[in-house]
Amino acid sequence: MNFELTEERRMLQDTLRRFLSKRYDTETRNAILDSESGFSPDIWSDLADLGIIGALFTEAQGGFGGAGFDIAVVFEELGRAGVVEPFLDSAVLGGGLIAALGDTDQQALLAEVIAGHAHLALAHGEPASRYDLSRVETSAGFEDDKIVLNGRKAVVVNAEAAGHLIVTARESGDVDDETGISLFLVPADTAGVTLRGYPMLAGGRAAEITLEDVRLPPSARLGTAGAGFAALSDRVAAANVALAAEVLGAMETAVALTRDYMLTRKQFGRPIASFQALQHRFADLLIELEQARSAVINAAGHLAAAPHERDRQIAAARNLIGRIGRLVAEESIQLHGGIAMTQEYELAHIAKRIVMSDHRLGDTDTHLERFIALSYAQDAR
Amino acid sequence: MDLTYSDEERAFRDEVRAFLRDKLPDALSEKVRRRQELSKDDHERWHAILNERGWLAQNWPRAFGGAEWNAVQRHIFEEEAAAANAPRIVPFGVAMLAPVLQKFGSKAQQDHYLPRILNGDDWWCQGYSEPGAGSDLASLNTRAVRQGDHYIVNGQKTWTTLGQHANRIFCLVRTDPDAKQQEGISFLLIDMDSPGIEMRPIVLLDGSPEVNEIFFNDVRVPFENLVGEENKGWTYAKYLLTHERTNIAGVGFALAGLESVKRMAYAERRNGRALIENPHFAARLAQVEIDLMAMETTNLRIISAAAAGQAPGVESSMLKVKGTIIRQEINDLARRAAGPYALPFPSAALAGDNDPVGPDYGDAVAATYFNNRKLSIYGGSNEIQRGIIAKAKLGGGA
Ligand SMILES: Cc1cc2nc3c(=O)[nH]c(=O)nc-3n(C[C@H](O)[C@H](O)[C@H](O)COP(=O)(O)OP(=O)(O)OC[C@H]3O[C@@H](n4cnc5c(N)ncnc54)[C@H](O)[C@@H]3O)c2cc1C
Repeated sequence: MNFELTEERRMLQDTLRRFLSKRYDTETRNAILDSESGFSPDIWSDLADLGIIGALFTEAQGGFGGAGFDIAVVFEELGRAGVVEPFLDSAVLGGGLIAALGDTDQQALLAEVIAGHAHLALAHGEPASRYDLSRVETSAGFEDDKIVLNGRKAVVVNAEAAGHLIVTARESGDVDDETGISLFLVPADTAGVTLRGYPMLAGGRAAEITLEDVRLPPSARLGTAGAGFAALSDRVAAANVALAAEVLGAMETAVALTRDYMLTRKQFGRPIASFQALQHRFADLLIELEQARSAVINAAGHLAAAPHERDRQIAAARNLIGRIGRLVAEESIQLHGGIAMTQEYELAHIAKRIVMSDHRLGDTDTHLERFIALSYAQDAR
Repeated sequence: MDLTYSDEERAFRDEVRAFLRDKLPDALSEKVRRRQELSKDDHERWHAILNERGWLAQNWPRAFGGAEWNAVQRHIFEEEAAAANAPRIVPFGVAMLAPVLQKFGSKAQQDHYLPRILNGDDWWCQGYSEPGAGSDLASLNTRAVRQGDHYIVNGQKTWTTLGQHANRIFCLVRTDPDAKQQEGISFLLIDMDSPGIEMRPIVLLDGSPEVNEIFFNDVRVPFENLVGEENKGWTYAKYLLTHERTNIAGVGFALAGLESVKRMAYAERRNGRALIENPHFAARLAQVEIDLMAMETTNLRIISAAAAGQAPGVESSMLKVKGTIIRQEINDLARRAAGPYALPFPSAALAGDNDPVGPDYGDAVAATYFNNRKLSIYGGSNEIQRGIIAKAKLGGGA
């Protein structure tokens, strides 16, 4: 057992933390949140130059990390600073799927992503699919040697910035079968692809996508026909590690801000930190934060495990992080009082990042159900 | 014990229902249902409709032109109005200031201001809190110095809800800096057009421009705008708070909120089945509903005791704490129910000029969840209320 980060990961953590504390202060972030694109291309390319995107990929893929702990280290720092740039979408999900499934030609795009020159978005969720990973109604048919996509994709994060969309579509099977799902690499400007973009409450942008007779050459398929689900769940597992770590980092900031404020805010002639009713609640946050840290370690440490155990650990982490995240966000606001309700104050953004991450790739309840299904099935004994 | 409404109460409820059915404009209830921001005109329109029926001044004595409803009637109205997605009554003039003027104001103040509140000539806002005076309100610093027949006011108020619509503000100001904290405070009525007043919006975390900060720089306020006696403002402020707390449990809002979550949960699908059939979601929903069923009775027990002439006292603190916890839990459920469609920022939808991104019942649910974190902070924070409750029972032993 060893709970220390390796030397390389500590350096990665230091580099990223130092960069973000210098370049990503509240004012900068608020300007980014108000911007039209919803993220900063400058910050993106500087972080790519620092190797932050490369850290999310293995050497074989053209990076220098890619393990669960690399992802956790990076995302914890991103979360700590409330970063809204689309690392999850362009890199972990988008780049990760190309790395897993792409042929030589398609892999060229991955190098562009790692260099910070290309953006991607995973167009998977649909208006009626909520968090059900295998539910895909969008169809892929064949007509005159062309693949033809039809369907609608919902809340596709980073879609407007993406040069390519990775679209899931069904080639066979029932609407929620795991088999029959294929992935396609679709240039965003392909005829028949329509985006309706909008900002999100906790920063960044997303879009509703309509696919109407979108015609693609067969070379647009990523991997084997109908067999995309395994790679999809693998990358979603990695993204769930990233989300859990991001929330951990954000919670650290929330608790640090709360501590500072409790020590400086005076009411009734003394710091509010002197009220025992508040001290106990603050103590609970510290206790839960340690639990959250352990859950992230468990999840990151099992990312390369066999799918069943990997998914069980990750479901556990996201359920725990979802519960604790809500507690930390709500309690941090409450312990601050009115000031935390203002958009300008850093905690407002951090609290939104924490809570809204529970709406991506499964919420607290979904992960609880998943954990139950993976742990308590009769035949699991 | 009788858990049913009396015949008169039932008749009253039918009357309220009919009124809401006939008079509540669809455009307003649609905005409320979709959690959109109401304009000043929207609020004024609804106030005018209520006033025409004599139902704006629900708690005013008849002598002042009010409906003089008892607590059960007010409860019935609150519940029905929330269920019909009626806008809430903006409380600052009609429910907060008016009772103070009726009890402590001069005849001239009553004659001038009360009709203007009913007619919608004045929009009042509440100037209590300051940057340094939140929970510890009595430490407020805004100074008013007597100069001839005027006060000169200097200082800052903050968190002023809907101050952007207001033409008047009632303020707590310090008139005697040497007296004990609570004894040097006065209650002043100030015209927002007075030279020296500057107002800046504060945008809340959900993006809504709901509150403001107000700066007073040598603002001249005529002496006749003092309510009651100088340095007795704390007494009036506390009297106002007892009125602020009459609907404190927010049971009507909670019931309407729960209904709306249920509608969402019947419409949303998980693995092809309605979300309401999902055992985890259903368990969360049931737990809140069970709490709310008890809360409704707690609320009615407490307010009918008050109707029978007993002051609600410490029980109103209990209603505040439990009522806000339940409402916040319902907001959390609504957010969950919306799934990924909770993610979009609803600014366009809030302004009412755009289609919702997902199903319209999911509009602004996350924004509302964040906005309503205020419920446990304002009106005396839940920590302050718990302190009051504990002190009432533990007394000097604490
Ligand atoms: C959306 C919104 C609208 C508002 N509208 C108005 C308005 O229209 N007019 C107006 O005058 N005011 C308004 N307020 C202000 C509101 O009344 C104050 O926010 C409230 O009194 C709390 O004060 P504070 O925010 O300064 O928090 P603080 O008093 O600084 O409290 C910070 C934290 O310390 C806790 N705390 C403080 N003292 C104690 C204690 N003795 N024991 C234990 N815990 C304690 C609090 O509960 C809180 O958790 C509004 C506030 C909000 C958020």
